[in-house]
Amino acid sequence: MSQMPPALSKCPSCEEPLDSGDRFCGACGYDLSAVPAPPDDNPTITMNGTAPHPPYPPSAAPSVDWPIAPETDSSHRPAPVHVPSEIQGTDSAGHELPAHASGVRFDGPPHPDEYTLQAPDPRTADFVTTPSSGTKVCVACRAGQVDQDGYCENCGHAQPRERDHMEQELDAVSAVSDRGLRHHRNEDAFAISSTALPDGSSAVVAIVCDGVSSATRPDEASLAASRAANESLLEALPRGTHPQQAMHDAIIAASRAVNALAGAAPAEHAPHQNAPACTLVGAVVTPTLLIVGWVGDSRAYWVPVDRTSPAARLTEDDSWAAQMVAAGLMNEAEAYADERAHAITGWLGADAYELEPHTASFKPDRPGVVVVCTDGLWNYAEAAEELAQVTPLDAALRPLHSAQVLVGHALDGGGHDNVTVAVLPFPAPSMGAGSA
Amino acid sequence: MANFSKSNVPQFSVDVYQNEYLPEGGREVNAIVTVTSTGGGTVGSAVAAPHLYTPGQGPDAAVAIMVDCSGSMDYPPTKMRGARDATAAAIDAVRDGVHFAVIGGTHVAKEVYPGGGQLAVADAGTREQAKQALRKLSAGGGTAIGTWLRLADRLLASADVTIRHGIVLTDGRNEHESAEDLKAALDACAGRFTCDARGVGTDWEVKEVTGIASALLGTADIVADPAGLSADFTQMMETAMGKEVADVALRLWTPVGTAIKFVKQVAPTVEELTDRRTEAGPRAGDYPTGSWGDESRDYHVCVEVPEAGIGQEMLAARVSLVIPQPDGPAQPLGAQGLVRAVWTDDMAASTSINPQVAHYTGQAELAQVIQQGLDARKAGDVDGATAKLGRAVQLASVSGNADTAKLLAKVVDVVDAPAGTVRLKAKVEEADEMTLETRSTKTVRVKK
Repeated sequence: MSQMPPALSKCPSCEEPLDSGDRFCGACGYDLSAVPAPPDDNPTITMNGTAPHPPYPPSAAPSVDWPIAPETDSSHRPAPVHVPSEIQGTDSAGHELPAHASGVRFDGPPHPDEYTLQAPDPRTADFVTTPSSGTKVCVACRAGQVDQDGYCENCGHAQPRERDHMEQELDAVSAVSDRGLRHHRNEDAFAISSTALPDGSSAVVAIVCDGVSSATRPDEASLAASRAANESLLEALPRGTHPQQAMHDAIIAASRAVNALAGAAPAEHAPHQNAPACTLVGAVVTPTLLIVGWVGDSRAYWVPVDRTSPAARLTEDDSWAAQMVAAGLMNEAEAYADERAHAITGWLGADAYELEPHTASFKPDRPGVVVVCTDGLWNYAEAAEELAQVTPLDAALRPLHSAQVLVGHALDGGGHDNVTVAVLPFPAPSMGAGSA
Repeated sequence: MANFSKSNVPQFSVDVYQNEYLPEGGREVNAIVTVTSTGGGTVGSAVAAPHLYTPGQGPDAAVAIMVDCSGSMDYPPTKMRGARDATAAAIDAVRDGVHFAVIGGTHVAKEVYPGGGQLAVADAGTREQAKQALRKLSAGGGTAIGTWLRLADRLLASADVTIRHGIVLTDGRNEHESAEDLKAALDACAGRFTCDARGVGTDWEVKEVTGIASALLGTADIVADPAGLSADFTQMMETAMGKEVADVALRLWTPVGTAIKFVKQVAPTVEELTDRRTEAGPRAGDYPTGSWGDESRDYHVCVEVPEAGIGQEMLAARVSLVIPQPDGPAQPLGAQGLVRAVWTDDMAASTSINPQVAHYTGQAELAQVIQQGLDARKAGDVDGATAKLGRAVQLASVSGNADTAKLLAKVVDVVDAPAGTVRLKAKVEEADEMTLETRSTKTVRVKK
């Protein structure tokens, strides 16, 4: 694929629109074949000054002609060597303890012993349609009943947890969240709702949060943040608070909710753990306004109903890649191809730097949908045009279906991360239907 | 202050240490299961606080001491004297209200105290009478340990108690009955009482003594010098007095399609349990662990699971503790642990070995290579013995098993411990070799 780079919609260097098949940018002459293909998996990873661990599995590591170790003296005595077994193991996973630089979160593959699998969280029960009461039958063997730990009493298979796949549909907004294909639990969470502004017109809210895997209890963090932000908006909007201010306050409220989790951490593991953390992106749609707010690398996109007009990304990631691009040190394609691309520089959590809630207000002049999503989706449709392509044309009419299609796109692409998508049509109905 | 509301059944807890992450296609799940029992708080053991029992009901234990009185006990005469003193010391350690008996063992078993197929109830008077009776003990006759055990079983069964325990002291080979007879006696007694076994001097057979302790879920040790018997007997009796609950079984449930590769106790000693399974309902089996006081033991469980795709998770085994009842369902002891399997494509996660599993795999190998090395040495295979014992030195050194390392150093000259380079000593005290063999299964726990 290095000969034919994935069809780019614009030059990574000068943003000049490109035609498919172009090998060089017509405006600046940029060699398009030099654009590295984005990696398959884009875990949000380390950025602490040291080079991150190479992602290769040992078997895939390039073979190297190792230089012969020099002798320490001329007596043909081999140089002293260290044998791995001479070194005592360190932590329970046998790794050196990771040196977390404050200021950056690692969302790479977590150390396996850092957390145990969570039991299904009963608090999420109201997000899903409750299965019929009575005995549950194993989804894997369809023979055994499910024990109270969530495993089949016959074949032992873990049953889907309530958060593995969640869908919610309201009149003017829908959201879908899925565990993905590679992670063993869903650390994303969402909250959607609609309310009425003082003038009677409706306001639709969607909040999407992505737990930071390297932190402890990321699933609790995302759930707490999405709920707190949603509740804060539901309280502020009917009172007439400007939606942008309300969004700002909601992020502060979410941040407090996540911070509060840190205090509740079980003390016995304390030294090893870092505070629960998550990203947040939210959108409020009213008949005239579109407000987005975010912290971290979860995103909101604008996809117009009329696809001849351009789609747009509405958020700017708090990420290494975004900072590199903003600082002009790398172009976007190069930055996102880097394995540090997903290291986030802003998050909700007790150990976050100064919290900087970003909000933006738009007045779109045409109807469209807002796609609010975690990186589990945009890893597979990064550019606004790509996302627009995979968004169904009837997204404004069938938000739930669109959210399902978008989640499906991420799963088809490999489903390496949890994926959560909320779809909000703009404008919101001017005559409020009241809170759903 | 005594807490009257607490039952004297100890609280059990189960902790599972494992790396649950398997690579694609991975099938073997290893876990170390740590079982800890903590006694009923200030109530302590069944026998430590007899005043807490309802009137008319004594402490819940019975012990039988079996002393070798064969002819060889008179050579040297200090042996018989040592055995008598040790038995007296053990009797002193029997707490008030505990049922007890002393058996003199030769090619037949004789009741020394109290006699008449009875057990005595310990108090100052009976303890004194028992010690008087010991004076009548004299050496003469053969050795048939199976008969001693059968008599102990009959006597212990006569009391309605929960904890039944025996102590066997022998100085010679079990020459006056066949190995099959001893095996049959052990099978008959297994699960009915627990038993510690001690060899005094150096004329006894290590495998016989460790076999008795293993079958009856007790400890085995060597007391090379008869003078050391008293301290050992006192300590053994105190341990027995600390037991609070008997006949505990480790229950393992595994799902359809899995196979249990092995189950063994790995701390405080290595004890193979795989073949001692008793089926307990669908897909569950019980492994005997004997009686428990305030203590903690580790078990290594290895389960083979069917393959599953990346991202899948399953329960490979559920570990719990129960007291099986002959009639009706087993009494659960409340604690359970889950052994899980999660398939991942994260190589770092799936290739790391849990330190506990690694440690005890090494300790089990240590016990095995000591045994093999000593067997090779006896068979005259110097190279084989050197290789095996060299590996043992290496393992003991890496895992910090200092006691075993010391014992090994009496049998081999250690040239380079980390590399496992050793030379067999030309002359080895028989007691040292027997000590190493008897204690080869002792393990140390993971340094935290």
